[in-house]
Amino acid sequence: MNEEKKRTVIPIGPYHPLQEEAEFFKLYVEGEKVVDMDIEIGYNHRGIEKLSESLHWDQSAFLVERICGICSTSHPFAYVNAVEDLAGIEIPIRAKYIRSVIGELERIQSHMLWLGLAGHFIGYNTVWMWSWKYRELVNDIFEFITGNRMHYAMMKIGGVRRDIEKKDIPQIEKMCNDLIPAIDLFKGAVTDDPVIHARTKGVGILPKDVAIDYCVVGPTARASGIDIDIRRDDPYSAYNLVDWKVIVTKNGDVFDKVAVRILEMYESIKIIRGCLEGLKKEPEGNFDLNVKEIPAGEGIGRHEAPRGEVYHYVRSDGTNRPVRHKIRAPSYVNVPSDQYAVKGYTVSDAALVLAAVDPCYCCTERVAVIDKEKNKKIMNGFDLIKLSQEKTAKIKNGPKIL
Amino acid sequence: MEIIDEIKNKFGSKIKKFEEKNPRRIYIDILPSDIVEITKTLFVELKLRFIIATGIDRRDGFEILYHFAEDKTGKVITFRVLITDKEKPEIETISKVIKGAEWIEREMWELLGINFKGHPNLKHLLLRDDWPSCNYPLRQGQGKREE
Repeated sequence: MNEEKKRTVIPIGPYHPLQEEAEFFKLYVEGEKVVDMDIEIGYNHRGIEKLSESLHWDQSAFLVERICGICSTSHPFAYVNAVEDLAGIEIPIRAKYIRSVIGELERIQSHMLWLGLAGHFIGYNTVWMWSWKYRELVNDIFEFITGNRMHYAMMKIGGVRRDIEKKDIPQIEKMCNDLIPAIDLFKGAVTDDPVIHARTKGVGILPKDVAIDYCVVGPTARASGIDIDIRRDDPYSAYNLVDWKVIVTKNGDVFDKVAVRILEMYESIKIIRGCLEGLKKEPEGNFDLNVKEIPAGEGIGRHEAPRGEVYHYVRSDGTNRPVRHKIRAPSYVNVPSDQYAVKGYTVSDAALVLAAVDPCYCCTERVAVIDKEKNKKIMNGFDLIKLSQEKTAKIKNGPKIL
Repeated sequence: MEIIDEIKNKFGSKIKKFEEKNPRRIYIDILPSDIVEITKTLFVELKLRFIIATGIDRRDGFEILYHFAEDKTGKVITFRVLITDKEKPEIETISKVIKGAEWIEREMWELLGINFKGHPNLKHLLLRDDWPSCNYPLRQGQGKREE
């Protein structure tokens, strides 16, 4: 029997009721080892780019907010940047601060959600429960500022839709301070726990040159030693008005991806504090330019979303709707890099490696291992997570003495 | 040397039109036949990051914008080509130079019907595998629901 035939195919995905975008990973395994992978997407293609051509400039902001359920403000953020680049609009400083506060709060809640799921995959359900518990605090802040826990509808061409009033700022500051002990907790758990080290260090390595070749962005790139962050490189909103730094590590494994995300949360808090200080100094009320007309032309807008650079290109012919609206989400370039990162590792690491770029992790819950010759299901998604969790338990308890 | 000067020096007469919308947004028109060579220089020599490509259906042809980023300075440099053959639009693939361009070329192939010559894996990405041929949703006047 030749080598090709000995391979077993493990399909991961494509659907799960919880996931916000469907992906289908086809793992080719020989024994326990993953030797190749195919990625198929398109199960949730909604034709947003085409839809946007049929909507008014202002309506498109609401449309693109619905692209992603977890980082819902990233797309409208990049979209308003693009339209403002097209029309050459400079927004009021108050709006700049408010936009950055929303963008950073979202980064914290998205990273916490991811951290919880990563914890669940390696069998640390306590991390999962804690992480999601503290994520609720972030959602509370959102509710306090915008009235919504998700889909905040704050971004608007020429400004923001709601103000952050001065009397509310002390309360928001207090709520942000409450997040620090939670992040400390996760930082401690990740740096001290030898089992987490054993499961994540040296696993799913994406070397720098490969990362450049796949054009990856965000924490996936920064964990591989590529020093890019749109907030610093192409400053927009209030990111050049406050003090913060970009976190870069060099190993490219799952551990570094976790570390980058945890340390980024501290930076986000720093940015939020800086923006709130700035808001205190600015007079209230001036937060929207009330833009009515968009001239003909083209514009490019970028935003550093929790997963990396979101890219929007819009073209106008002077009418009230875009003639072309191109959208590139960070997962579009990050997910193909899994093809490299997952090779050579065991099936029990696959769930974690695929989750490490922070795609839509819930896909990994719907896994079926199929014996190619008998065409029979021998494993499902829960089994795969169980396999991963068992590996952690094994490391924890040490080798069995017979 | 400034990246813009370097590009001007290297490509010279290949640049058909140069537009600096603002210091961080640059648009450069080139011929479709030069795209692979220019991409090679940009990606390998000048170390620019490929962001994405945008395909647009125009009356006079198909326009493709190749967006590159210089992350040190925050510049986005967009190279614009216009394929005038509306019946059978074709261009060389850049995915042999940049692995990250594979998906977007597949997407433009299926949504706009532009053929990327030499692409290693030109199959459906977003649409289902048995999608009817010659039906390109992102072309103007297409993709409308039949009553």
